[in-house]
Amino acid sequence: MAGIQIERVGKRFGGALALDSVSLDVADGEFVALLGPSGCGKTTLLRIVAGLETRSSGAVRIGGRDVSDLRPADRGLAMVFQNYAVFPHMTVFDNVAFGLRMQKKPREDIERKVRRAAALLQIEPYLDRYPAKLSGGQRQRVAVARALAVEPAVLLMDEPLSNLDALLRLEMRAELKSVLREAKTTTLYVTHDQTEAMGLADRIAVMQQGRIVQADAPTTVYSRPASTFVGGFVGSPPMNFVKVTASGRSARLDALDLRPPADGDLLLGFRGEDVQLVPPDEGMTFVVKVAEPMGSHLLLTGSAAGCPVRVVAPPTASVHAGDRLGLRPDPDRIAWMSQDSGLALDGHA
Amino acid sequence: MTAPRWIPYALIAPAALFLAALFIVPLVQTILLSFDGGGTPDHLANYRKMAGDLNFTLAIRNTFLLVGVVVPIQLALAMGMAVMLQKMSTGRDIVLWIWTIPLGVSDLAAGLVWLALLQNSGYLNTVLFQLGLLDGPTPWLNAETPVTLFVGIVLAEIWRATAVVLIVLVAGFQLIPKEYSEAAEVFGARSWTAFRLITLPLLKPSIQSALILRTVLAFEVFAVVYALGGRNMPVLVGEAYAWQYENQNYGVAAAYAVLVMVISLAATVVYLYALRTRPETQP
Amino acid sequence: MTGARRLMFWSGVAALCAWVLVPIYLIALGAFGGRAAAFRWPKAFTLVNASLEQLATFLRIEGVWNAALNSVIAASLTMALSLLLGAPAGYALARYRFRGAGAFRLMVLLTRAFPLAILALPLTVVFIRAGLYDTPFGVALVHTALALPFAALVTAGLFAGIPRELEEAAWVFGCSRLQAFMRVVLPLALPGLAAAAIFAFVISWNEVFAASVLTVRNRTLTAYLLTVLAESPLHYRFAGGFVLIVPSVVFIFAVRRYLFALWGVSNR
Ligand SMILES: Nc1ncnc2c1ncn2[C@@H]1O[C@H](COP(=O)(O)OP(=O)(O)O)[C@@H](O)[C@H]1O
Ligand SMILES: [Mg+2]
Repeated sequence: MAGIQIERVGKRFGGALALDSVSLDVADGEFVALLGPSGCGKTTLLRIVAGLETRSSGAVRIGGRDVSDLRPADRGLAMVFQNYAVFPHMTVFDNVAFGLRMQKKPREDIERKVRRAAALLQIEPYLDRYPAKLSGGQRQRVAVARALAVEPAVLLMDEPLSNLDALLRLEMRAELKSVLREAKTTTLYVTHDQTEAMGLADRIAVMQQGRIVQADAPTTVYSRPASTFVGGFVGSPPMNFVKVTASGRSARLDALDLRPPADGDLLLGFRGEDVQLVPPDEGMTFVVKVAEPMGSHLLLTGSAAGCPVRVVAPPTASVHAGDRLGLRPDPDRIAWMSQDSGLALDGHA
Repeated sequence: MTAPRWIPYALIAPAALFLAALFIVPLVQTILLSFDGGGTPDHLANYRKMAGDLNFTLAIRNTFLLVGVVVPIQLALAMGMAVMLQKMSTGRDIVLWIWTIPLGVSDLAAGLVWLALLQNSGYLNTVLFQLGLLDGPTPWLNAETPVTLFVGIVLAEIWRATAVVLIVLVAGFQLIPKEYSEAAEVFGARSWTAFRLITLPLLKPSIQSALILRTVLAFEVFAVVYALGGRNMPVLVGEAYAWQYENQNYGVAAAYAVLVMVISLAATVVYLYALRTRPETQP
Repeated sequence: MTGARRLMFWSGVAALCAWVLVPIYLIALGAFGGRAAAFRWPKAFTLVNASLEQLATFLRIEGVWNAALNSVIAASLTMALSLLLGAPAGYALARYRFRGAGAFRLMVLLTRAFPLAILALPLTVVFIRAGLYDTPFGVALVHTALALPFAALVTAGLFAGIPRELEEAAWVFGCSRLQAFMRVVLPLALPGLAAAAIFAFVISWNEVFAASVLTVRNRTLTAYLLTVLAESPLHYRFAGGFVLIVPSVVFIFAVRRYLFALWGVSNR
């Protein structure tokens, strides 16, 4: 078992900066999700950790050992690729056994470990088949089994669920979580799907344009985003931001009195479910444009103080397009941001 | 809009008829002509004449030797070049273009190019002379120097026709997602092991196509040999040409043609069998 | 890669480039150097007293110009024929599922396992009777048999790469089948078709055996060079080799984007 330390890693592709001095510590046994929109550099970072891509600057340590210049083979890790990379010309058994054979493990050892990994991922019936005969979900299991069979110190996964259909993805997510919990493997998991990151990870590192902008527990990332970007990217619907001007540590929005931690042009950030619906003259005025009954809740889209706002109302609420309501955000769950920098104001946390 | 059923047939008909007229018919004619006894019931006369000719065994031996030496070297060389191209990030396009220039060079022209290098007072001898290894112009391409003549032809063939193999292999490499060898490396394989266990098996269909293409063409070798050595080194197709053109004996020429075709087909069948892949093991 | 390995790698690449280019450079020296250069000893590795005069002299030799012209005619005819016959077949293979498609594809692939040029041998008699013997058109017919399989497979690949939906969209907006093809598919396929055409040209331009068998007086350039090989002086042979190479090199440059389509596509 081992932790991963990523130290000021930078990467340029020609002139383009893909990673800008990224640092991240993953503790031994921890599951960290790298979350960000596509093109932000997640795969590049993961491949640098794996040794598949050269870094332009910085260093990578695994288990305290500097592995920056080692070959992938010598880094003691395993990886699950986005399209699985299950070898098509080998049976499922040979695929799962591949890493163990490369380590020149004794025959009985290989047999035993392959069987165990196969049992864990429920692919025992297919051990003699070729991958072409398997479904996407089964191939994905083979890829994970291949990675777990070598009992790696560190496991890297690049969007392993993104090629599955929605239902299967939900099922595999739960299964992956229970399997990995049991194996207690240090895991770095790349995804652009925030629900995946929220559900699986001990910690989420949110990336934006080649930088990590926040690395915190999922609940913290959700309710205390470090920037408007994080607030807007994590959670569905995204966090609402309403423009407010404060002076003397106080501000007023329609009928709502606020106590911001700073003065000047601010953004009042709140989650759609963290508001109370009140009569129009008791909160900030919210004009409903669209009301969508989602079953578990009623999603209201409209505007308040000239900013777009989404609110999650109880499914039974009787609200219609064109209605005017008052909104009263839960004061404990408000996230204040600076309008200029888009960064969270420190005062509140 | 559903297609009237005749449309595809109308579209392939011209090509099919043309190929029937200029591929199937001459094929049958060649076979018939080769078994034509010239009015006598001796249907093997042409073959007997062919086999009895002084040059026949030589031509067989030379052709097989050439193919046996040239094709493996070309495969190895092209494989090396394809791997190099794979590793290249900058300059790949220009290097690929340079390496494939010989694709457009005919075997006759290739023979003439290498004649310029290898003739008595050619560039090779100049270099050897300047290095002090030779005293003056020296012949390499005579009937008296069969080994160097053979080597010269091998060089010219490798120079000219490795590009075909290269193209097919590079196209094959492009069909293999690079995640496969990356996965192999992550799971502990050294580059050579990854190449042997992953890349090579996945490349097998391309290797097969390349070998079939190249071997069939290699058995047709003739103009390179003529350009470099004249009639000093008989080869099968060269003999067919000589019987047709110089001796005006179409029957024996046809017998040679049938022989070359049988050999080509046999080689193709061998490759199809030896390098077969199970369809479910391909990506 | 470490520094030393990188150096080795690029030295290898450079050596292989030189392996291809140096012989071409040297035959160019031979072609431009003329008689003096051809017999000079030891050889110079740079051009001395070069002039186009040498090449011009070569072209003025009885028969050379004529042969070159025949080559161009035969190659152009091959180009036109193989595309006219091959492209529709390629389109049918790419767009329609029909009984016999497999058989046709097999026949096309089978031509690869045969040394096709040799099949020119029995054609001599038929061609003499039909008045095609010793004409560029006769040569072009045989060369088309060589180039047509490539043209059909290559164009099949090209057309398969153009989404059927584009054509269907054109139908929806009122085009007939033919109009949709002319306005939507053809413009998209044009560069690839041009490459296939050039490729057919090169196949014909380079072919030696069939051209030699099927002509006597109206030789193509390759056939001419082959027959006069024994009696012509060295510098004429070099000039001939150079004249053969130049168009090919230019053509390969022109079609370099399609090289894989031309050779690779028919892999599977
Ligand atoms: N091999 C490469 N060459 C050039 N640019 C690349 C290469 N790989 C990635 N990039 C660029 O680096 C950035 C980050 O890419 P990537 O790490 O794949 O993003 P993500 O996985 O987050 O979607 C993108 O802008 C991408 O275009
Ligand atoms: Mg990615």
